Amino acid sequence: MQQTVPYSAVLDELEAEAIHIYRESAAAFRNPVLLYSIGKDSSVLLHLAIKAFYPAPLPFPVMHIDTTWKFKEMIEFRDRRAIELGLDLRIAQNLEAMAEGVTPFTHGTHEYTRLMKTVALREGIDRYEFDAAIGGARRDEERSRAKERIFSLREPGHRWDPRKQRPEFWRTANTQLAPEQTMRVFPLSNWTELDIWRYIEREKIEIPDLYFAKERPVVERGGTLLMVDDERFPLNEGEVPVMKSVRFRTLGCYPLSGAVESTADNLADLITEMETSKVSERSGRLIDGEGGGSMEAKKAEGYF
Amino acid sequence: MSGQTPVLHLVTCGSVDDGKSTLIGRLLVETDSVPIDQLEYARTTRRGGSTVPVGEVDYSLLTDGLEAEREQGITIDVAYRHLNLPNGRRVLIADSPGHEQYTRNMAVAASNGDVAVLLVDAARGVRPQTHRHLTVCALMGVQTIIVAVNKMDLVDYSHEVFEQVMGEVRTTAARLGVQQIDGIPVSAVTGANVATKSDVMPWYKGESLLGALAVWEPVGRVADEGFRFPVQFIVRAEGNFRGYAGTVVAGSVRLGDEIVVADSGRTAKIARIVTADGDLEVARYGQAVTLTLDHEVDVTRGDILAAGTSLQPADRFGVDMVWLGEEPLAHGRSYLLISGSRSVPATVTNVRHRLDVVSGHEHAARVLNMNDIGRVEIATDRPIPMDPYSMCRDTGGFLLVDRVTADTVAAGLSRHAMRRAFNVVPHVYDVDHQARSSLMGHPARVVWLTGLSGSGKSTIADAAVRKLHAMGIHTYVLDGDNMRTGLNKDLGFTPEDRAENVRRVAEVSKLMRDSGVVVFVALVSPFRSDRESASSLFGKGDFIEVFVDTPVEICSERDPKGLYAKAAAGNLPNMTGVGQAYEPPLNADLVVHGTGDIDSSADLLVSAILEA
Repeated sequence: MQQTVPYSAVLDELEAEAIHIYRESAAAFRNPVLLYSIGKDSSVLLHLAIKAFYPAPLPFPVMHIDTTWKFKEMIEFRDRRAIELGLDLRIAQNLEAMAEGVTPFTHGTHEYTRLMKTVALREGIDRYEFDAAIGGARRDEERSRAKERIFSLREPGHRWDPRKQRPEFWRTANTQLAPEQTMRVFPLSNWTELDIWRYIEREKIEIPDLYFAKERPVVERGGTLLMVDDERFPLNEGEVPVMKSVRFRTLGCYPLSGAVESTADNLADLITEMETSKVSERSGRLIDGEGGGSMEAKKAEGYF
Repeated sequence: MSGQTPVLHLVTCGSVDDGKSTLIGRLLVETDSVPIDQLEYARTTRRGGSTVPVGEVDYSLLTDGLEAEREQGITIDVAYRHLNLPNGRRVLIADSPGHEQYTRNMAVAASNGDVAVLLVDAARGVRPQTHRHLTVCALMGVQTIIVAVNKMDLVDYSHEVFEQVMGEVRTTAARLGVQQIDGIPVSAVTGANVATKSDVMPWYKGESLLGALAVWEPVGRVADEGFRFPVQFIVRAEGNFRGYAGTVVAGSVRLGDEIVVADSGRTAKIARIVTADGDLEVARYGQAVTLTLDHEVDVTRGDILAAGTSLQPADRFGVDMVWLGEEPLAHGRSYLLISGSRSVPATVTNVRHRLDVVSGHEHAARVLNMNDIGRVEIATDRPIPMDPYSMCRDTGGFLLVDRVTADTVAAGLSRHAMRRAFNVVPHVYDVDHQARSSLMGHPARVVWLTGLSGSGKSTIADAAVRKLHAMGIHTYVLDGDNMRTGLNKDLGFTPEDRAENVRRVAEVSKLMRDSGVVVFVALVSPFRSDRESASSLFGKGDFIEVFVDTPVEICSERDPKGLYAKAAAGNLPNMTGVGQAYEPPLNADLVVHGTGDIDSSADLLVSAILEA
C-alpha cells in the first residue's frame, strides 16, 4: 500500500540544493575557489559544479592543498582530470614546513596536520585573495559537523567561532563579508556517505582506483593497515610490507589513511559492502582521533 | 506534484527534560542511522549528571555536537541530522535547542520545516514553552505538527492524560491557524509507538511516529498557484547563449509559458529549460534549472521571473520579524535586506507590536530585542517584489543584515505590501470609533465578503443588513459595482487596478467603521495579498473575512449581470474565474455557501458581528 521513494528522487533533491548553493556562491563572492582534495567527495563536488553552470565553463579556479604525502595515484589522477576538464588548478603548499622537513612520522599527527593542511590552506586563500572556499564537508561525517552551516563564516585569521555562525533560513543566504572575513561553503552538507556513492554510480563519476580493492603492500600498526606507497615510509625493524587485498574509504595522506581489507573491486560490490558495514568512515582517519571533539579544536584553528 | 515527497524536512521542538535527545537518539538508532563507532561512544562515555548506566546507550550523546555544549550539558545551536525511513524517504532533522530563550534558533529550525515534532512531557503536561513552540512553528509556516506526548510510561499509559494534553494543544493550534495537528502517545525510553506500534496503548489507533513520517504528504502546496523563479546567476556561453540560472521556489513552468519579470513588468516566453542532463519540457518546484527567453528582456541577478498570481514591486511592507541580533532593532537605521538573491538597503519605519509567544497577545512595543517576534513596517530604498510569506517562503521571507558587521540581525516574513505617502502625520482625535460605537450601543465592524461574481455576496449582505436593521443596528453596504460607478470609476480590472480598487474600498470601510457603523463590503477582491492589505488596516476582531464559496459553474449559470456570457464570448479577458484566477482565503473567519440557505447564512454573519 505504501509507495516507496526511489533513491534517485532523493539524489535529485540533494543535487538541486547543491547547484543552488554553487550558483549563489559564484554570483555573490568576489573571488571564490573550489577546494579539491581528489577524493570521492571532491569528485562529486566537481561534477556538481560543472553541472551548475552548464553550458558555461566553471567560473572559478580549483585549489588543491598538497602536503606532498598524498598517494602517488592521487596526484596522477588530479593532474589528468585537470587537463581533461580544463580546470584552472592552483596548488597550495606550506613550503616553509616542507623545507624544515616536517613529516607525519616526525612531527606527530596533530602538528603535521596543522602545518601541512591548515596553515597551507590559510596561506593559499590569503595568497590568491579568495574570499570563499567551497569544500566537500558533510554533516554526517562527525558529530561536531552536525551543527556546521552551509555558509560557514571565518573570522580574520581564518578562525571559526561557533558563536558567530549565522542562522540560515530558507534558501536565502547572507553572503556579506566584513573586512578580512572569509567564507567556507559546503554544498554537500546534507549528503551522506552512501549518497555520495550512489551518486557516483548514477552519474558515472570517475574516482581514483584506491577506493577499489586491490593487492597493495601494507603494514599493520596499532590495529591500522597502512599502505607503503613510497620509499619515504620508515619501516620499523623487522617490519615487512605484505600484499593484501585492501581499499580505502577516505583518501588523504597515505601515512594517515587506514586501509580496510576488502575484495570489493567494483562500485556495486563496494556499495553492498558499505551498506552492511556500519562503521563511520572517519574511523579510518588517524587525524581525527586525538581527544574528544578534536575536529572542533582543529576547525577553530582554521582547518577545513 | 505527483509521487511521494522524497525528502521530508523535520523540526524537533521540546527540551532535554521532555526527553527530546532520547527520542531523536532512538529514532536514529531504530532506523540504523548511527555508525557503530558512534553508538559505542554513547555506550562508554558519560557526562556529568547522566543517570544512564555505562554499557547502555545514552541516546542524548548521539545528538550532541560541540565541546562547549558537552561541558555545559545544554544544546546551544541548531543541529542537522538525517535518517532513512524504510520506504526510502529521507528525513532531514533540524534539531532546535530546548533552552527557553532561544526563540531565534527555533525559528531557524522551523524555517524549512514541513513537519514539526513537538514534545510534551505527559507527566508535566502542557507548559508555556509548548505554546512558544507552537507559535513559532505556525509563524514560520510549518504545515503539520505532530505532538509526541512523551513519557506515557510514567502516567500508566493513560488515555485521559493524553486527551487532556491534546485538547489544550488543539485549542492553541486552532488560534494560530495550524493546518494539521496530530497526537501520538509515545515513550522514548521504552520505545513505545516510536518506531513501531506498541500494544500497551490499545486505545491509540494511529500510526507510530516513524510510520506517521513515512506516510506524510503535503496538504496541497498553496504555492502551486503561482510560478516563482528568483534569478541567481546569468549564464553566458558560446553561441550567444544567455540563460537565467535559479531554482523554482514555487509552482512550475512549461516551454512556451509567458512569464513576467516582476521588477519591470516586462513579459517574455520560456524558450528553453536547460540542464546539464538535457533540456526539459517543464521545470517543477525545487528544480535547479537555467531558463532562456524568446526575446531579449532586461533581467539581472535578484530579479524574479513569475507567472500566475501577480507579484508587483513595492517599497513599504508590513512584516513579522524575528529579531536575532544581540543589539536591539534600531528605528530608522539602514540595514541590508536580502530577499532571495537580491539585496537592497532598508529601514524599519515603525514597530507596531511585540508578540507574546506564550499567550499570543500583542503588546505595544518600541523596540525588538534578541529572540523577540513582532510586527513592524519596513521601507526599502527602491521597490522590490515580495510575496506574502504565507504564499511562498522563499519570495516572502527575507533577512536583515547589519551593514557594518555583516551579521544577520533579523529574519522577516512579509505579510503585505503597502503604499504610503511621506510627510503626513495623522491627527489623533479623542472621540474614536470605540467611543462612537458605545454611543451607538453596538460594536462597529467590517464584514468583508469575497467570492466570485454571482456567488451571492450582495444577496447575503442584503439579508444580514435587513436583520441587523430590525435590531436597531446601524449598517452600510459598500458594493463593488456601486463603488465602480463613483469613487472608483477610473479603475479597470487589471491586477493593478483591482489592488487599487480594494485599497480604496478598504480605506472607505475603515472611515465608515470609525464612524461607528457596521460596514459590509461585497467585493470580488480576488487576490489574497490585496485582502491581507485590507485586513491589516484593522485590529483583531474588527475585520471579519467571509468567503462566499460558490462553484464557478453555478455562478456562470446564474450570471445575474451577463458577465460570464460576455467572458465566454471573449469580451471580458480579465473576468475572475474565467481569464483571471480567484485566490480563495486560506483562513477565512467564516465560510458560507452561496448555494445554501440565504437566511441561515445571514444569521451566521449576524452572530459573528455581535459576538463580543
